[in-house]
Amino acid sequence: MGWREKILKRSLWVYHLATGPCNNCDIEILDLLTPRHDVERFGIKLVGSVRHADVLLVTGIVNRKCVPRVLRIYEQMPAPKLVIAVGACPMGGCVFKGSYNQAGPLDKIIPVDLYIPGCPPKPEAIIAGIAKLLEKLK
Amino acid sequence: MAKAVIPIGPYHPLQEEPEHFLLTVEGEKVVDVEVHIGYNHRGIEKLAEHKSWQQVTFLVARICGICSTSHPIAYCNAVENLCRVEIPERAKYIRTLVGELERIHSHLLWLGLAGHFLGYNTVWMWVWKWREPVLDIFEALTGNRNHYDMLLPGGVRRDLNEEYFPWVRKELGELKKNLEMLSKAILDDPVIISRLKGIGVLTPEDVKNYGAVGPTARASGVKIDVRKDDPYAAYDLIQWEVATCENGDLLDKVVVRILEIFESIKMVEECMDALEKVKGEVMATIKEVPPGEGIGRHEAPRGETFHYVRSDGGSSPIRHKVRAPTYVNLPTCKATLPGSQLADAIIILASIDPCYCCTERVAVVSDKKKEYLTQEDLIKLSWEKTEKLRRKYGK
Repeated sequence: MGWREKILKRSLWVYHLATGPCNNCDIEILDLLTPRHDVERFGIKLVGSVRHADVLLVTGIVNRKCVPRVLRIYEQMPAPKLVIAVGACPMGGCVFKGSYNQAGPLDKIIPVDLYIPGCPPKPEAIIAGIAKLLEKLK
Repeated sequence: MAKAVIPIGPYHPLQEEPEHFLLTVEGEKVVDVEVHIGYNHRGIEKLAEHKSWQQVTFLVARICGICSTSHPIAYCNAVENLCRVEIPERAKYIRTLVGELERIHSHLLWLGLAGHFLGYNTVWMWVWKWREPVLDIFEALTGNRNHYDMLLPGGVRRDLNEEYFPWVRKELGELKKNLEMLSKAILDDPVIISRLKGIGVLTPEDVKNYGAVGPTARASGVKIDVRKDDPYAAYDLIQWEVATCENGDLLDKVVVRILEIFESIKMVEECMDALEKVKGEVMATIKEVPPGEGIGRHEAPRGETFHYVRSDGGSSPIRHKVRAPTYVNLPTCKATLPGSQLADAIIILASIDPCYCCTERVAVVSDKKKEYLTQEDLIKLSWEKTEKLRRKYGK
């Protein structure tokens, strides 16, 4: 384990990227910040710019208009990069599978470290997923 | 003064959904706004043509995560209108109950986000804390926090467990108390009042010109509500009032939504009283869908949702059209935004409670000469655009 990973696991800064979702995973991600779940107590924080982020949280089916933006945002992100796919959509498309506007799944476009399935996953599931990612870093 | 263009988005810390605004400003004053959407388009209308009548219900539920029972209600209304089926009375009450609980959760969500957009994160944290019990109620009654999937054409899929009703009444009673305290705290706060009062005024004439619907129209004193004007489900069986305000500014848009939450809590309680008396089936059988057309409407938290289905007698719709409330509410920012301060722009854009996931449909607009665009026309258009870009960038 390099020094970068050692520092990284103390506090994850997360950037949220919506690529054609139905809003539900996005609300559950915001819900994580509010008093009942409050992920800031684990040092997890939502940041406004991808240049400050350690983790890219991707929701949605990755539609054709979003692909260049996803690639550009991924390039702007400082290394080490971690990518989490939240919800069923970035994995296989959920009910939107077969749509003419679907360019996904996400792992065809950028490498993905963690999948959190569900439509939408419960906030507890998202916390559990991120905890597993921290275990993996150790 | 020189004009400048400020781009907001498509990925911006203030937005939960990807959308792109171009604000033209003169100093601090906004003079024009342009909205680019399309980052959320998933091709739902086309997908619906390849799914069976039942499957489409779950597809339209995933148009939007916040109004995930509004679209199914409108779609089921459309299919039932096409089949001339009357749903059982108990199913009507269950639909109303789920629809109104969703309105409570959606308005609370917006209220929190409005606080966030004003830079008043205390309101956001407070309101979202009190939104959690509503999601708990959903989880107990329907099985999921979001995406309840309760409906099918002909009725509802699951009956409600009445053992939970006393607990639901207690939770809603607490929510009412908290909300009364919150509304007093918000409406007495001089900072919030000065940020909201008299800003982004939408006049009743603008409402008529732009065809705005839902709380956006009702805040301006236009009393339109599909639940009263064209009752469906159990809205004509229970007692309730349409909440309206007069000024049409941002403060009234907050007030009208708070009033609607109180009205919805009352309606949920009435539905629970009725469900304890009305027993029986929750599903009417639909054996086959005849050829023809059907329309369905529902008053979603953001306004009127409209669904149109056409059938040729087969197992799936041959045309499915969705019109979401944001589609007509969004252009009202052309009336409210120009002339306002740049600092107010975000809250004015957010005041219509926009939902871009609902809105993103592809529409072909005729150019007066031709009614439809054929494949050759589209290829020609694309060729012309490429040529234009090549000339512009010299490649």
